[in-house]
Amino acid sequence: MTTGPVSVKIEDVHVSFGRTRVLTGVNLDIEPGEFFAFLGPSGSGKSTLLRAIAGFGPLPAGRILIDGQDITALPPWKRNVGMVFQSYALWPHMTVRKNIAFGLEEHKVDAKEIRRRVDAALDLVGLAEYADRRPTQLSGGQQQRVALARTVVIEPRVLLLDEPLSNLDANLRVQMRRDILDLQRKLSLTTIFVTHDQEEANTMSDRMAVLNDGVIQQVGAPMALYDRPANLFVADFLGTANVLEGRFITDNGRSRFTDESGIEIVIDKTVEPGYGALVLRPQNLTIQPPGASHRAHIVPLPGTVQYVEFLGSIVRYAVQVGPHVILIDESHHQGDQVFEQWVAVEVGVDTNYLTTLAQ
Amino acid sequence: MGRLAPRHDRHPLLPERSALSNFARTSPGPAVVAVLLALFLLVFLVIPVAKVIFVAFQDPNTGALTLVNFADFFNTSLFRESFFNSLYVALMSVLVGSVIAMPLAYFTTRFNFHGAVLIQTLGVIPLIMPPFVGAVAMQLLFGANGSINLLLDDWFGINIPFMEGLNGVILVESIHYFPFILINLSAALNNIDRSMEESAQNLGANGLRLFRRIVFPLAMPGYVAGASLVFLKVFDDLGTPLLLNVNNMLAPQAYLRITSIGISDPMGYVISVILVLFSLFALWTSFLAMRGKDYATVQKGGGGLMKRDLRIWEKVGAYAVVIFTLLVVLSPHIGLTLLSFGTIWSFSVLPDGFTLANYQEIIGTTSEYITNTMLYAGLAALIDVIFGIAIAYLVWRTKLVGRKWLDYLATGALAIPGVVLGIGYLRTFYEFEVPFIGQPLASWWVIIVVALAIRRLPYALRACVAALQQVAVALEEAAENLGATKYRTVKRVVVPLMSGGIIAGFVTSFATAAVELSATIMLVSAESDAPLSYGIYVFMQSAAGRGPGAALGMIAVIIVGVATYLSHRVIERGKRERALDAALAGGV
Repeated sequence: MTTGPVSVKIEDVHVSFGRTRVLTGVNLDIEPGEFFAFLGPSGSGKSTLLRAIAGFGPLPAGRILIDGQDITALPPWKRNVGMVFQSYALWPHMTVRKNIAFGLEEHKVDAKEIRRRVDAALDLVGLAEYADRRPTQLSGGQQQRVALARTVVIEPRVLLLDEPLSNLDANLRVQMRRDILDLQRKLSLTTIFVTHDQEEANTMSDRMAVLNDGVIQQVGAPMALYDRPANLFVADFLGTANVLEGRFITDNGRSRFTDESGIEIVIDKTVEPGYGALVLRPQNLTIQPPGASHRAHIVPLPGTVQYVEFLGSIVRYAVQVGPHVILIDESHHQGDQVFEQWVAVEVGVDTNYLTTLAQ
Repeated sequence: MGRLAPRHDRHPLLPERSALSNFARTSPGPAVVAVLLALFLLVFLVIPVAKVIFVAFQDPNTGALTLVNFADFFNTSLFRESFFNSLYVALMSVLVGSVIAMPLAYFTTRFNFHGAVLIQTLGVIPLIMPPFVGAVAMQLLFGANGSINLLLDDWFGINIPFMEGLNGVILVESIHYFPFILINLSAALNNIDRSMEESAQNLGANGLRLFRRIVFPLAMPGYVAGASLVFLKVFDDLGTPLLLNVNNMLAPQAYLRITSIGISDPMGYVISVILVLFSLFALWTSFLAMRGKDYATVQKGGGGLMKRDLRIWEKVGAYAVVIFTLLVVLSPHIGLTLLSFGTIWSFSVLPDGFTLANYQEIIGTTSEYITNTMLYAGLAALIDVIFGIAIAYLVWRTKLVGRKWLDYLATGALAIPGVVLGIGYLRTFYEFEVPFIGQPLASWWVIIVVALAIRRLPYALRACVAALQQVAVALEEAAENLGATKYRTVKRVVVPLMSGGIIAGFVTSFATAAVELSATIMLVSAESDAPLSYGIYVFMQSAAGRGPGAALGMIAVIIVGVATYLSHRVIERGKRERALDAALAGGV
């Protein structure tokens, strides 16, 4: 690569299909060399945003800049933005080698150089001996590698991956995750990838944008988003969350949360009074017998065990607390006793590990 | 994985065929059915064709094996000429058919074009009228003294030889058969996923280069498949050249030799061998084109090439092309309608007057043509679907040794031109007296039904196979698990679930059998046994018979048209129901 990695800037982008609005007011700054994820449920607009960067789909309102250059109106073939398609989109009438050489041929690279670079790309993805096969004769994982090689061989300024792992089985997925990351680091290429799988986004990306209904909900590093979700959607979409809706009350600088069923939880920081929600991650809650002593910052809530699920490394309890069913994850150790169904317990809420959301 | 892997004929819900294999081992039933089917195909397809081939290589006097017949054939200038004419006509028909089909396929797959419905209609209209029926009417419209040339002469003082000799055959055949190219090419284009184009654009390709390197090669197999089918159909066609009085082609020569010189003349057999060889060659080409290249790349939920809206002048142009094509394609129908209602039509743009006399004549005097047709085509179609179901089931749901050969044999009938089958039957069954009837099998009306059944079996079989593949094996296993025997399972579960496909297969067989001429014309031994197509041929021989012949042709068109419409309805209903089921299952 002759130049260093480049930035991608998205400024107030709106996309509509006819009258259906798919993306609304998207603003993003993706740093050079960053591995960035668009995470969201299906229909959230994440693929549309990726395709807009590649130049596919309806012309967006707003601006998309790569390395400071406005590419919003450029046709796809003039952008030099490499995209790996969800289906891989390998051409079945060409061999693996021809598939990979295609982009170089279109860029008028001379034949000797094409040969050298295709060989290098084949080596890079470990498929040198498959060069003369047809894509249909390869496994899903191999097809994925060919698609990657075909894209990176043209040395694109930005690499776009559309649900790159969705067509692979679970074991291969974990393997490909590492391989793609390694490749990205090796090429130090600004990379954006789309996924609906939070585990994929968490494990691969430096930062991610969570999308819903065509709107970016929150941007940040995976752990920051998980720990400090900006809204109920992000809280719920990233892992399991207990959400209690109610009111925050603040007197004399001290805040507490209360809801209609009479639950009261003191909060260590000062919260804007009013309606809102409390987000409690299951692993931050504890479960103990009623009346057991507890540490200072734990608020006990009495309840009844509704069911118990053994998930291997953890035991998940569903406890009825007033009108709420609260999930608690206890890590499991060999020989641990579990609380039986229907027994009375106390759920311990650690006031250090609360997320408060204003309405 | 997506759909990049080659598609298998197997239904995705059907992991292994072994699930049902016990049956074949434990019951002799399927084996018996298979043997009976094989016997039928042997007697009525393999032996007659083998006989024809054998006779072609036999010295007519001594009976010894020889190549002298082929030498005679190529030493006779008439036969050489016929051979090249047939080749020329078939190739030109492919060319003209492609010229008609390509823009239409392009419009529907590339643009958001509202004329798409028109184009679909265009793809069906020609097929509901056999080419020979419209041939005479086409002469009256496009011939040297036909309506169009009279007008051209009036306006511009020119005369275009649309219908002179081979031109006429090419025009009539390409108008009739271009839908094969249109349908196959459109399907191939529609099966190209948008991501195929997008990935090329992403890598820097666009415009013509993208078309040449991606779209064209991906659509090629579909085009070749359609084109080779057109070649085969035209090369084998007997009726059109016969009705246009173009006799210096292969199929008419075979017919004329056998009917005028007799069934011992070897030339008819030599021509038959050549026809079969070229048909096999065309089928082989189509097979090669499609083998391993079923490039259906469409992903779930998406697909088709990128479409764009037409600019206003483009829209005008597209409609102009479509309407012009529609007029050309409809011209045999228009001509036939005019002819059937006309009084005298000669050296004039339109008939002198209009009358119902032609219809009165045929209904009064020759109604047996119609009843014979209904009987023959109905019986043949019935045989076809019963055999089609049986073969489909044996091939796809049992492990019988050699079961694939039933499929190959039945499908092989595609490569046997009607003339050849007719000659084969005459030669094989002339000496075979039917018990209790007291006449040779070759001249008994039932042989016409058998010939029709054999010729249309491939179509019915494909429809049945497709229908069977829609039925998940688990549905059968569930019935057996609940105590149903194999026979009861087939009757109560498999056949009802296949019914849409079976009806479609029946109607296709019926409609095409109703207007088949080439085998029928050789096998009709008495006027009272003759079907519609034969009647049309006989009437069209004389100028006075053209009116009634056209009226008979109109009746054939109506029968085929109604049947085609009904089968379309059945298939569409099935599709809608499946879509609805899927929607309900998906909780939508």
